[in-house]
Amino acid sequence: MTAKISFDDVAVGTELPARSFPVTRETLVRYAGASGDFNPIHWNGRFAAEVGLPDVIAHGMFTMAEAARVVTDWLGDPGALIEFGVRFTKPVAVPDTVEGATIEVTGKVAVLLDDRRARVDLLVTSGGAKVLGVPRAVVQLA
Amino acid sequence: MPLDAKFIGRTYPPTEPYEVGREKIREFAAAIGDPDPAYNDPEAAKALGHPDVIAPPTFAIVVTMRAADQVVHDPELGLDYSRVVHGDQKFTYTRPVRAGDRLTVVTTVDNIKSLAGNDILTTRAEVTTVEGEHIVTALSSLVARAAADDSEA
Repeated sequence: MTAKISFDDVAVGTELPARSFPVTRETLVRYAGASGDFNPIHWNGRFAAEVGLPDVIAHGMFTMAEAARVVTDWLGDPGALIEFGVRFTKPVAVPDTVEGATIEVTGKVAVLLDDRRARVDLLVTSGGAKVLGVPRAVVQLA
Repeated sequence: MPLDAKFIGRTYPPTEPYEVGREKIREFAAAIGDPDPAYNDPEAAKALGHPDVIAPPTFAIVVTMRAADQVVHDPELGLDYSRVVHGDQKFTYTRPVRAGDRLTVVTTVDNIKSLAGNDILTTRAEVTTVEGEHIVTALSSLVARAAADDSEA
């Protein structure tokens, strides 16, 4: 593992470059195929309505994957991400429009740990609302 | 009917090996929109010290979700999968999954609890190579939402 970020160059509060990620119905179909999660709430509007959802919703694991990108892009080596956990608190509704929805991710160093590790806390929102609870990563810095 | 707490601690047999291929990693990386060369280019991955392309961190779910089928479709447990949503997810990595790995998963029911009529099932999936090297531990909680007619006595 060879993170491009040195432990000596970060402090509590160091911000990671923020990103926003578009998600459309096509994104969800593609993710369903690649991940093997074909639950119809992620592609079938009729089914989503029947089970009381506001619209088709993104896979929670898709949102988690996008959140991870902010950390792995910053690290330069995805292998330097050694722990990552989230709660799925609010679904990301994806309307059948050209724009779909957007997932916004920001992050900052929250705690410096032993062995040149650090804890990174993320904020993951869509449409102004938090969609993941306590998204946290532990990273191995150089 | 609430899930039976006697399932806490139950461990399911190891899954058949899942062989991780370069093209599957590329497909998954494309599906999450991530052009990171470590997922696509073996030389780029080697430059970072990995023997072959590595998989995005959440790729582990592809393997653990298949393993979790043993639990969620266990007829004895009786989970109503149509009412299940993903509650939380945590991965702890020993090293990244990479192309060429043959992975097997042992899933254990860590906890079952009831909260406001919802059943919360927590599983722990230990992902290792067939050679026995630990790769990642995945903790998942699944929430089975209370059925509308559960309140009828």
